[in-house]
Amino acid sequence: MEQSARKESVQHLTAVTNISKSQRFTRWPARLLVGVLATLFLLFIGIPLASLLFQEPPSAIWSELQQPVVLQALQLSLITTTLSTLTAVVFGLPVAYVLARYNFAGKKLLETLVTLPTVLPPVVAGVALLLTFGRMGLIGRYLDMIGITIPFTTVAVVMAQTFVAAPFFVNSAKAGFEQLDRRYEQAAYTLRASPFYTFFRVVLPLVQPALLSGIGLSWARSLGEFGATITFAGNFAGTTQTVPIAVYLASETDLDQAIALAVVLLAVSFGLLLALRVGRK
Amino acid sequence: MKRQHRAPLVSILILLGLLLAACGGGSTTTSGTSSSGSTPTTASQAPVTLNIFAAASLTESFNAIATQYKTAHPNVTLKYNFNGSQILVQQIINGAPADVFASADTTNMQKATAAGLVTTPKVFAQNKITVVIPAGNPGNITSLKDLAKKGEKIVVAAPAVPVGKYGLQVLDKMGKSPQYGPAYESAVKANFVSQEDNVKAVIQKVQLGEADAGIVYRTDVTTAVANKVKLIEIPDNFNVIAQYPIATVKSSKNAAAAQDFVQYILSSGGQTVLEKYGFISTGSSGS
Repeated sequence: MEQSARKESVQHLTAVTNISKSQRFTRWPARLLVGVLATLFLLFIGIPLASLLFQEPPSAIWSELQQPVVLQALQLSLITTTLSTLTAVVFGLPVAYVLARYNFAGKKLLETLVTLPTVLPPVVAGVALLLTFGRMGLIGRYLDMIGITIPFTTVAVVMAQTFVAAPFFVNSAKAGFEQLDRRYEQAAYTLRASPFYTFFRVVLPLVQPALLSGIGLSWARSLGEFGATITFAGNFAGTTQTVPIAVYLASETDLDQAIALAVVLLAVSFGLLLALRVGRK
Repeated sequence: MKRQHRAPLVSILILLGLLLAACGGGSTTTSGTSSSGSTPTTASQAPVTLNIFAAASLTESFNAIATQYKTAHPNVTLKYNFNGSQILVQQIINGAPADVFASADTTNMQKATAAGLVTTPKVFAQNKITVVIPAGNPGNITSLKDLAKKGEKIVVAAPAVPVGKYGLQVLDKMGKSPQYGPAYESAVKANFVSQEDNVKAVIQKVQLGEADAGIVYRTDVTTAVANKVKLIEIPDNFNVIAQYPIATVKSSKNAAAAQDFVQYILSSGGQTVLEKYGFISTGSSGS
């Protein structure tokens, strides 16, 4: 409420004093500072990424890409990250909605809990998953009795990725729901729309930018996930060796292959994040 | 309203800070022992920090050596970087500041020598390979032959890791023998479910009961894990003697102190500790 009032007053002031937004920044010290800081940051991010691209000629990268190990890792990564992002969305949307719309005792604890996987070192997350779903784990021992073992399977990869990446989606979606005016939903209800209809046809389209941004973050995080995956799911080509694990192992023996994998990862991530950004319009 | 909300936040932050300080104080890799009156053997008294890059399998023994070393050389602080030897040599090649490099195999030390980064290496310890199973034996493994049973989950180190390579060599020897044969070798390899990045990760998975068996160094069965795992010995005729070379790094800023450390490792002081932790001493005591 305060924020919108503040925005209104600034807009009012701007209109009244007839200064356009761009004109307010004509003072060159401000411009210079912004320019320098922004350039430094962009260079800091851009140069290391570019160095990956220019290390090898494209033909070398292409020939490395055709190794079965590389193709397996790529395929596995794409499948598992898609599954984990889907899982994050399906399970994360209700959580985000509840946290955004309702107030209850222990809400702050729950919010912290949901954010906790993002601050845990990934290997710690992996150990935690192992202690829970491993063969001797808290829940895993019962699963083992009925013949289900999770470690060393692709399912374990998806679980590890979901564990570390879902919080990104939940927090982004929650922010989206929080800033959506409740009157839209209330209006829909007065028009006799069911809660499901309201959610899918009214609320979700309106929070689409936040959702897409959350999906992008979550997907990117799960694509880069290494520590929890290798600890919980292990490393075996074709089953659990995702691209980050393959890059890490390759970097110890065959740097060219590692760079080729890294370039592909970069290209795929860049493409998808760009597509999500374009989709927001 | 705002003031009431700030106080609990501040107190929580202060509490966290105190906790971190308390934890941080106890986790140094060298323990400052209060020894009385032992005269240091090195001439210089200036405080020196040595960066020791050592293979993961040397963790327990080198940590024990650090305690003893501090008594003899109170001005020297040992900072350890324990990791797979293949990672350590990459780090050194890429300019990481190391004073001493202790590798778990000669292949990785040769990479460092070929790059002209280390002085002449000396073998300071030897290690053997063994199979470990969780104490509860979920895979029902009683002998080496059982490793080939269908459905067993065997965790090994990746081939680039020294112990992974040694494990494959052992299986190769067994595959060439009439006792086991090539079918055995391929059956065991088909039971590999994970290829870890360092030997400690293999032990971790066996310890947790995730793996039915793992191939590790003899020395990895430390006191900490001894009651959680059982050993299945590999007979000497199939076993591989892993040679551990040590060398000082040429670019070290503390060459004399680094050389002193290497000498200590090769001397009876260091060798006794290494033997206590399961290594085979090389018998080259140069003290």
